[in-house]
Amino acid sequence: MTGQFRAPEGGRVDRARPLSFSFDGKQFTGCQGDTLASALLANGVHLVGRSFKYHRPRGILSAGSEEPNALVSIDRGPGRVTPNLRATQLELYDGMQAHSQNRFPSLGFDVGAVSNAIGSLLPAGFYYKTFMWPRAFWRHLYEPSIRAAAGLGHAPVSPDPDRYSQHYAHCDVLIIGAGPSGLAAALAASARGARVVLCDEQAELGGSLLAETQATIDGKPVPVWLWDTLETLHQNADVTLLPRTTAFGWFPDNLIGLAERVTDHLAKLEAQLPRERLWQVRAQEVIIAAGAIERPLVFSDNDRPGVMLADAARHYLLRYGVTVGARAVMVTSDDTAYAAATALQQAGVAISAVADLRPQASNAARESGLDVRIGTGVVATSGRLRITHATLSSGETIACDTLLMCGGWTPSVHLFSQSRGKLRFDEVLGAFLPSTSTVAARSVGACNGAFSLTSCLEQGYAAGDSAAPTHRRFAVSGLPAFVPSATVEQSVAMRGKAFVDFQNDVTVKDLHIATREGFRSIEHVKRYTTTGMATDQGKTSNMNTLAIVSTILRQPIPAVGHTTFRMPYTPVTFGALAGAARGALFEPVRQTPMHDWAAARGAVFENVGTWQRARYFPRNGEDMPAAVARECHAVRNAVGIFDATTLGKIEVIGPDAVEFLNRLYTNDFSRLAVGHCRYGVLLNEAGYVMDDGVVARLAPDRFHVTTTTGGAAGVLHHMEDYLQTEFPELRVWLTSITEQWAVIAVQGPMARDVIAPLVRGTDISPAVMPHMTVREGRICNVPMRLFRVSFTGELGYEINVPADYGHAVWDAVFGVGMRYGMTPYGTETMHVLRAEKGYIVVGQETDGTVIPADLGLDWAIGKSKADFVGKRSLMRPDMLRTDRKQLVGLLAPDVLEEGAQIVANANSPIPMAMLGHVTSAYWSGALGRPIALGLVAGGRARFGQTLYVPMPDRTIAVRVTDSIFYDSKGKRLHG
Amino acid sequence: MLLIACPWCGTRPENEFHYGGEAHIARPRDPGLLDDAAWAEILYMRSNPKGVHYERWRHIHGCGQFFNCVRDTVSDRILATYKPGEPRPDTSTQ
Repeated sequence: MTGQFRAPEGGRVDRARPLSFSFDGKQFTGCQGDTLASALLANGVHLVGRSFKYHRPRGILSAGSEEPNALVSIDRGPGRVTPNLRATQLELYDGMQAHSQNRFPSLGFDVGAVSNAIGSLLPAGFYYKTFMWPRAFWRHLYEPSIRAAAGLGHAPVSPDPDRYSQHYAHCDVLIIGAGPSGLAAALAASARGARVVLCDEQAELGGSLLAETQATIDGKPVPVWLWDTLETLHQNADVTLLPRTTAFGWFPDNLIGLAERVTDHLAKLEAQLPRERLWQVRAQEVIIAAGAIERPLVFSDNDRPGVMLADAARHYLLRYGVTVGARAVMVTSDDTAYAAATALQQAGVAISAVADLRPQASNAARESGLDVRIGTGVVATSGRLRITHATLSSGETIACDTLLMCGGWTPSVHLFSQSRGKLRFDEVLGAFLPSTSTVAARSVGACNGAFSLTSCLEQGYAAGDSAAPTHRRFAVSGLPAFVPSATVEQSVAMRGKAFVDFQNDVTVKDLHIATREGFRSIEHVKRYTTTGMATDQGKTSNMNTLAIVSTILRQPIPAVGHTTFRMPYTPVTFGALAGAARGALFEPVRQTPMHDWAAARGAVFENVGTWQRARYFPRNGEDMPAAVARECHAVRNAVGIFDATTLGKIEVIGPDAVEFLNRLYTNDFSRLAVGHCRYGVLLNEAGYVMDDGVVARLAPDRFHVTTTTGGAAGVLHHMEDYLQTEFPELRVWLTSITEQWAVIAVQGPMARDVIAPLVRGTDISPAVMPHMTVREGRICNVPMRLFRVSFTGELGYEINVPADYGHAVWDAVFGVGMRYGMTPYGTETMHVLRAEKGYIVVGQETDGTVIPADLGLDWAIGKSKADFVGKRSLMRPDMLRTDRKQLVGLLAPDVLEEGAQIVANANSPIPMAMLGHVTSAYWSGALGRPIALGLVAGGRARFGQTLYVPMPDRTIAVRVTDSIFYDSKGKRLHG
Repeated sequence: MLLIACPWCGTRPENEFHYGGEAHIARPRDPGLLDDAAWAEILYMRSNPKGVHYERWRHIHGCGQFFNCVRDTVSDRILATYKPGEPRPDTSTQ
């Protein structure tokens, strides 16, 4: 037994495979092929949720993805709780645990429902108007309480244990929707040899055909035709069939986002399968066969459990073998509802009355044999947790447990509109239809306003071959002719709550209030009332909203216009969008060849861009200051070893290489001899310092240029830009060699003694290889580029070796170095040592507004050069001012805070004029005191002055000095 | 995601490319000859049109080449791409 409302036969469910499931802890049985909604209805459960704002009892309205009410949470264990899922789309599996939402303590008795009783106090704009004062109450009292009372399901808090995959695909034709139109299009497209992807949001392909039991197509009963068609498509290797796959978004140039649900329908999760798969399909052509959505009718208390769309009821009967009630009243403005009423009556449901809003009886009404009241609507309903009575506009009250409604059909133009296609209003359907497409896409079938099965099949088939549309005829029999009827203006009483948007609890009264308060644009009405802004994005409500606003404003619907259709069509999980880009795979991590050595030594790492760099090497439980003090002392007094591999490195080669570098850098490299290096400053065209580094001449036409770690990619891009677009006549080739060379910096008075035994064939004696020189040779018998450079102020070398040898050479250097007390040091010590020398770090002493003169780097500008990038800008009057912020040293009793502001008088009124800020601040072991660098207006004229750094708890006096604190003559460099 | 036709490699998805600002702003041979106003014009002033825009792109995750592109800023549709140094194509018929 799979529910007392399950018909003994009929439908596509497998009664021989019962499935047990729980809803709010209560056990039920459904069967294979059910959705959670059909299984609940089979068990007589209509009450499935409480509404967003008023906590009104709500039932299942629809049978598809448009469902506004039946939102549930599915619990598959820790980290696998998904809220706000539509019960109408959830395939039942054995052991499913579903929970209703927005109720406390239970669905039947909900404390929050008090807001329904005081509902007249909660109209549109209520929150905006009421909770304005006092201001602080909003954040601390009003908002938290309102959020607790309103809302839908709860967002999961634990990490998602599931895996999500992403897939790129290309095809000739992507067909969205596998109803009759989409299937016919797939048949035609695949017959001509096109590569076809056919997707549908449902578990079974077939769309409306899945609930068609009487009709035949080309002489075959619909289920047989459907089976044969799917088999034909399945056999074709060029056709990809994607059930459970929602086309949710349309991106430029026919890139369509599809979300495929892979495991949500399985009773037992399979580890090798991702939960969902995001498809990004680039399609030559797209055929949209998205169907149409039945429209509710708007009358007082039209939201009670048991009030349902008429065709949804037919669907539950014919597809799932479920009767949605025992006694039904129907209200309609459209002929299609009669097919539902007739089918339900044949299944034994008593149709007590049909209220037909239209003024005249249609053929369908006359031929139905039902008790039809023409020109009649429903004005009220009663019943607490399920409808018990419907009151007709004639005044008659009729007992019922189900009220079926049909207000016509709304073609699903969502994706067409996302593709920026223009819509036109169709008076007969009372709906917007696709008009002009701006991309290679066509809409066919019900989403294009075609409602007969024949026209859907024929439109689809013709669209399947756009080059040579085939007018294939399909012989359909056994279906009543459907005549679309003009929409009927509904007179809506202002008493009670007549819901337009079920999910966001928006009533007709709210629309009246919004327009009365001056909102005319439909986009403003939407936002003020929140109609169409829930997770269903108004699939069932938008057309009714437009019609009602049009009536209130006395403007035709096309003049009112429609709101923008936005992706996603239905909600998409963050997991699908993120795919593999999470945790360790969120972004690439770059490690140097010596990373493992540092890690084994207990180094503490920091991220610099995507690189991981050793920050310091604590010993015996040292904290950072202690480790850094020890490392600094070792470099100043013996020797240190530092991994400088992350420095950006670019090889600049070609007959015009020197000319190119002269145009890019401020310096003049014309007289830079082979084997020599120069500190180079790179400006952008606006004159601001962009990067710095060492330019080494390896040969007349070959330079090895270093950049900052973070600037490497940007500098190469900048160089390529000028080389390709401004100086294309120069014969120069640029190659990134950052990853090809590992760099071992050996710094300190003993540096030469350490490397001397390892270097073969290169004279590194100070007379032959002074400061700022470079040699190519061999170290440990591997190729090296040896730079005698220093970022510490000590005698120093940077040994470049091919990256694969980096670790081995490092080991060898360290092996020798240990005899001299060699100490590995990290980036923190590097920073202290360079700050003691007043060496800048781009991005720390510069911020994009600093020119060379501000940094005291005038000496790096080639005075005789006619031009270089940025030169013209340095002549702007503003660049020549003497009160520009200039780099200075700052001496204070404490280590200052980097970024702290500097003022002349800390007692001046707030806001006080800021003279500059602290750019770097460290404890200097070599000087035995704190040091800092800063940018201060007219700073070089302020040497000796006392300025002030106001902090939250005190003001610190600082003395302005030269920016070089240690060995200002530079003797140690030349040791 | 746009499809962009690199003049060297052919049509590739947008995420292989890097935007490079407005095209056809040539750096003067000798910027030193320009007065401040003329230099500011070159440095900072951009047309920012509503409609047809000539702009630079670089196939940074492909061949690495810069090229020019005509894009309609209203529709975000690319009307043409062409190599640097080539004249502006006529897209008025599109």
